[in-house]
Amino acid sequence: MTRLRALLGFSWDFVVGDDWRIAAGVTGALAATAIAAGAGVSAWWILPAAVAALLSFSVWRAANPGARDRA
Amino acid sequence: MSATELGLALSVFLACTVEAVEALTIVLAVGVTRSWRSTFIGVGAAALLLAAVIAGLGPALTALPIDALRVAVGGLLLVFGLQWLRKAILRAAGLKARHDEEAAFGTEIAAARQAGEPPAGLDPYSFTIAFKGVFLEGLEVVFIVLTFGANQHDVGLAAAAAAAAVIAVTLVGIAVHAPLARVPENTMKFCVGVMLTSFGAFWGGEGAGANWPGGDAALLVIIPATLALSIALVARLRSRAAAAPPAGVVNA
Repeated sequence: MTRLRALLGFSWDFVVGDDWRIAAGVTGALAATAIAAGAGVSAWWILPAAVAALLSFSVWRAANPGARDRA
Repeated sequence: MSATELGLALSVFLACTVEAVEALTIVLAVGVTRSWRSTFIGVGAAALLLAAVIAGLGPALTALPIDALRVAVGGLLLVFGLQWLRKAILRAAGLKARHDEEAAFGTEIAAARQAGEPPAGLDPYSFTIAFKGVFLEGLEVVFIVLTFGANQHDVGLAAAAAAAAVIAVTLVGIAVHAPLARVPENTMKFCVGVMLTSFGAFWGGEGAGANWPGGDAALLVIIPATLALSIALVARLRSRAAAAPPAGVVNA
């Protein structure tokens, strides 16, 4: 059980890293791209926009300890 | 060689060169910044799996869900790339210690050993990123050979052209890896974050069904745009730090 927990913890750290919001945001952006493309809407801009938003937000949070504490 | 055969060979060579350059970029990036040994193990494992898949499936390979693979590989690269880039931006802005990567890596290895994973000395990041990049691009090379070759009824010539492209790109990689190793560590990590993020967005978007304007050439816009955003974030953080008393080095 301890080994399983350690393995799950390692896998989480490995994939998700320091900021889980990045992994969640990427998953959401990929899903939105798939839905938009499936509906025949131009979807190429969604991931670049998500990258800009996620990176800016994550860096801003890391640089503002107050924002991290409140979250 | 007839004009048709020459056209086939050139088309396959150029298409495979693009795929091989994409794989080489990933391999050089993780090799120079993390661990060449783990990167080569990842490349070797990808090559072995690729050979097994080709031997097992043969022409039926074209039925594999390449878009699902692109989404999975692209999504992971994007998450890794954004995490990497975030740290590099904070380091470049002076908000994060420059050599904390080794400590984090040590923690990961300790956790992995506790879980009975992986063999001592193997860097999971280098292995995984090199493995996924080479496997995906290798699969795309195989697709190109099979589709172009079958179309012209000359898979052998298409395979030879693909092999020539991969060898040429590998030789270029060997030539440039030494100069790359002299680039300052944080600068290299910054560039790797930009590359992983850009390729991740490109492959993930492609796999999810997006049509990039200009096809593969879209990367020539995505990479500079990601770099420009990252530099702008560093400049913004530096100017803010210069205007206000420092809040200290963050641990995020």
